[in-house]
Amino acid sequence: MISVESSLAYIILLPLLGSAAAFVIGRNNKNWAGWIATLAAASSFGIVLNLFSRLSKGGTFEFNLFNWFSAGSFSVDFMLRFDALTAVMCLVITGVGSLIHLYSIAYMAEDEGKHRFFSYLNLFLFSMLVLVLGGNLLVLFIGWEGVGLCSYLLIGFWFKNLAYAAAGRKAFVVNRIGDAGFLLAIFLVFQQFGTIDFVELAKLIGAISDFQSYIPVFTLIGICLFIGAAGKSAQIPLYVWLPDAMAGPTPVSALIHAATMVTAGVYMMARANFIFEHAPYAMAVVIIISVLTAFVAGTTAIAQNDIKKVLAYSTVSQLGFMFMAAGSGAYWVAIFHVVTHAFFKACLFLGAGSVIHGCHHEQDMRHMGGLSKLMPITFVTYLLSTLAIAGIAPFSGYWSKHAILAALGENANPFLTGSIEIAVTLASITAVVTAFYMTRSLAMTFLGEYRGHAHPHESPVLMTAPLVILAALACVAGYYGGDLSHYLEGVVPVHHHFHKESIGAALAHSWTAILGVVVALVLYTKLSEIPGRIYKALSPIGKLLSNKYYLDEIFGALIVRPLESLARMLWIKVDQGIVDGTVNGTAAVVDVSGEVVRSFQTGQIRTYMVMMFIGMVVLMSLYLAL
Amino acid sequence: MVQGIQDFFGNHLLSAITFAPLVGALWLYLVPAGRHDSVYRGMAILWSLLTLGLSILALFAFQSESAALQLVESVDWLPQLGVKYGMAVDGVSLILVLLTTCLMPLVMIASVSVHDKLRGYLAHMLHHESAMIGTLCATDALVFYIFWELMLFPMYFLIGIWGGQRRIYATVKFVLYTVAGSVLLLAGLLYVVYQHADQTGQVTFAIADLIATKFSLNEELWLFAACAIAFGIKVPLFPFHTWLPDAHVEAPTGGSVVLAGVLLKMGLYGFYRIGFPLFPNGAMVFAPYLALLAVIGIIYGALVAWAQGDIKKLVAYSSVSHLGYCVLGFVALNTISVSGSIYQMLNHGVSTGALFLLVGVLYDRRHTRAISEYGGLASKVPVFAFLFLVFTLSSIALPLTNGFVGEFLILNGSFQVFPVLTSVAVLGVILGAVYMLTLYMKTCFGELDEKKNGDLEDVKAHELMTLIPLLVAVFVMGIYPKPIMKLYEPTLKTYISQIEERRATSIANSESAPKTVALSETKVVKGNKS
Repeated sequence: MISVESSLAYIILLPLLGSAAAFVIGRNNKNWAGWIATLAAASSFGIVLNLFSRLSKGGTFEFNLFNWFSAGSFSVDFMLRFDALTAVMCLVITGVGSLIHLYSIAYMAEDEGKHRFFSYLNLFLFSMLVLVLGGNLLVLFIGWEGVGLCSYLLIGFWFKNLAYAAAGRKAFVVNRIGDAGFLLAIFLVFQQFGTIDFVELAKLIGAISDFQSYIPVFTLIGICLFIGAAGKSAQIPLYVWLPDAMAGPTPVSALIHAATMVTAGVYMMARANFIFEHAPYAMAVVIIISVLTAFVAGTTAIAQNDIKKVLAYSTVSQLGFMFMAAGSGAYWVAIFHVVTHAFFKACLFLGAGSVIHGCHHEQDMRHMGGLSKLMPITFVTYLLSTLAIAGIAPFSGYWSKHAILAALGENANPFLTGSIEIAVTLASITAVVTAFYMTRSLAMTFLGEYRGHAHPHESPVLMTAPLVILAALACVAGYYGGDLSHYLEGVVPVHHHFHKESIGAALAHSWTAILGVVVALVLYTKLSEIPGRIYKALSPIGKLLSNKYYLDEIFGALIVRPLESLARMLWIKVDQGIVDGTVNGTAAVVDVSGEVVRSFQTGQIRTYMVMMFIGMVVLMSLYLAL
Repeated sequence: MVQGIQDFFGNHLLSAITFAPLVGALWLYLVPAGRHDSVYRGMAILWSLLTLGLSILALFAFQSESAALQLVESVDWLPQLGVKYGMAVDGVSLILVLLTTCLMPLVMIASVSVHDKLRGYLAHMLHHESAMIGTLCATDALVFYIFWELMLFPMYFLIGIWGGQRRIYATVKFVLYTVAGSVLLLAGLLYVVYQHADQTGQVTFAIADLIATKFSLNEELWLFAACAIAFGIKVPLFPFHTWLPDAHVEAPTGGSVVLAGVLLKMGLYGFYRIGFPLFPNGAMVFAPYLALLAVIGIIYGALVAWAQGDIKKLVAYSSVSHLGYCVLGFVALNTISVSGSIYQMLNHGVSTGALFLLVGVLYDRRHTRAISEYGGLASKVPVFAFLFLVFTLSSIALPLTNGFVGEFLILNGSFQVFPVLTSVAVLGVILGAVYMLTLYMKTCFGELDEKKNGDLEDVKAHELMTLIPLLVAVFVMGIYPKPIMKLYEPTLKTYISQIEERRATSIANSESAPKTVALSETKVVKGNKS
């Protein structure tokens, strides 16, 4: 009989086994790989559902696999813990994950390396589940780096294309910058509190009486943790890897770079809320960065023509929204948006994948159009998800985004007094921009006349079924906001519960988003020559946007290239020049002095006597002089 | 008879482990020349396996909960000089002996790629194994020194005879560097012996007795400096590292594996066995500077590795970076960091050893180590690419691989002592990913050049035999490190507390140098807190 606690281990072990099995069995039976991996993901989902139904309010299941390692006063257990927050994350990861696995069976049907693909995909689920189940900072970190590895492997899945492989490397390295911050945070936490276990930390910190003296410590830890979050969850200035990550197969973009991995930073902030609660300065940094990220990425999305790039920048922007909530201390709202975003963004990415699949690997929206008739199911699901992300009631995105803006408006951070209105304004503008660029992508892809040369066709049922389920979830998920805030209470501090509005009021509140949708619809269907003219008229801004604010170039010029030249300089000038030069120089001095001394040794007694005489005279005069 | 053998091994187990390879080397020479290579190789593998077996016996005989030196042997050697032939192991030396004996059979198997004068190659390898084990087991300063020097000769020949094109330059550099260090070490040791004889009237070379010698702070500074240079060259610590890339690049594959796997650790072992216990106050003063050099080494090694176009040189510079972590962890001298440092020595032996084996796989086939000659290998030699990926990840310390446990403990422990330096060292975590993933991308990803690498064969059976054990080690040591760490943890705890105790008493006794007293006291308080 498997105890409830030990089934925690099976949640992570099943995908791990699935990963190995998909690779080993799938090498020779290519078609099995997908089903094995899907089965593993779905079984894991089943266990999560079971645990979810058994979890009492405020309860926790925990299971200690083994003591991982210890040295001196440091000891870390391989501790898994399942509470309400983890339950929500696990449901999303395994639920949406299973759907994406299923979709991938059809999407990757023709690919030679699909055993690798499904193996990596299951390995990703394993890592992501370790991340959310980890009961201490270090087990969380296993998952944290593990998802980074899987992301690296899957972005560069088609490794023969060196640009794709380079995108994978970029993702890993930029993530590592964040991870370095995360590591420093762990060291600081251990130094200050002597433990890295979440429950013990919460207890210890709860018992602190003079928070004032701890503020610098909490601030430092909070900022280090946020550096980690900014790497994983693509915030300024570390978001540059995510758009490039679209090199991976589209289901990967849906699962890793939209629904789950990139939200890890938000989850981590919610998990470590007891630290951030006491770090108002760090929270202010989070707010500033997240608002800027949302705005910059959202505006960049307007000028993209690659359907996946639009969705990538949209994801960065939406992650910004999540951090606005987390940075305002409304952790449950952040998680709320994580959930709704997982549904609609996964649906959008899978929809984009369906389009790419149907149009024979075309990703440029300028060569699409009119697909609504040819791919009706894809169109309808994409439309519903667009309405959801645009923030139009009654679809889910409205409720979570509205809650975010409310939380941001009520933010009482002492470091942000007076400037919070600017943040709210910028965020509201970004919300309208979201509606605009998403409608633009919808219009360019599905409306008007077909502009490409392929023969687009609707995708098979294995692909459309997940789309339909995700779209349905994207429509209704918003209604559960109230349940979520009550469910998470006790794990994260809940200052304001879900504010439920009537449909009428909600519709009235979504007028700005509706405006964005309408303007985009008109511009990209009826007046399709206008956008080009606007682009020309505002050409500096247009260039800035379509070149992604030149962030990659700035990074290259400021960091990458100087470091590269430094490396080369160190090697050639310092290592071979100074250090080695000194060594070889010493050898040369010995060599030369040997030659010189040898010339004195003539073997003639006369010479020696003369030298002796000279030496005596010198010594005597020295003696007399001193 | 059986009882006699049991007694012999019971009482002389360490000597048996130490000299078994040497006997093997002699035997190899006694076998007539001209036999098939596989005969010699088989013999060498057998001898190294025998040594491994004996070392496993020692593991069973060793009581890990005790911190004492065990399996002690002590025989008067030169009584008039007070020299004893003394052997013993504690947890740290035993684990390093095991690292040596585990790696050697793999090195012997890897000698398949040596075609010229194989018999001599194998004999030198076995000779080298003896010297390394002897160094690790010696408890007498003179015996330690003799084995220390004996390590030099076989490596000299291994690089000088079986090395690459610039082998003579590389060997001369290697020898000059090392001898320069050794001379200082010998001078320092002799000074200690004289002082000890002066103070107690007893001439002895036993390290355990020499520890009690009293020095002024000034003496300790000079003596520790001599040791630090000798051992720092071996590690190698920046800026004494330039012999390493040359030696690595020119050495045959097996030589590189031994060099990286074990020989470099001897420098740290020297600090552990001689430098810190004998001169704790000197060590205290120098520790921050050593930590600084270590951190420079971490960053510098990583950056220079990034600039390399030769795979082997890249891995060699990565060693400079990795050993920097080991030194940082050791000189921080708290249980967490030193534990990590010891563990990282083992990890480095596993992952860098494996990387050198993989470079050897490529070199044997294509006779070039230039990164630009490769590319797209993942589609041609998938098993190779998989193994390369795993060892790359181990090298960049991904959690659940061995590298992470060591690196994390080192950084976490050092952070409590040197927060600023450690924060800089954390940048090495990023740079490590940069150079290793760049190497991996340029060799394994991209389009395959059919002309150059179209006929490349994947990893063969005998190569797998060397790589699979290391692959298993990567995960076992990363997922469940406890059994190994348990072996040396009691030793370390006692070791560190003894050094701190002696430092405290010598501070209490000394009336001079008040400035240093204050410095030392604050450090002690900090150390206790962590």
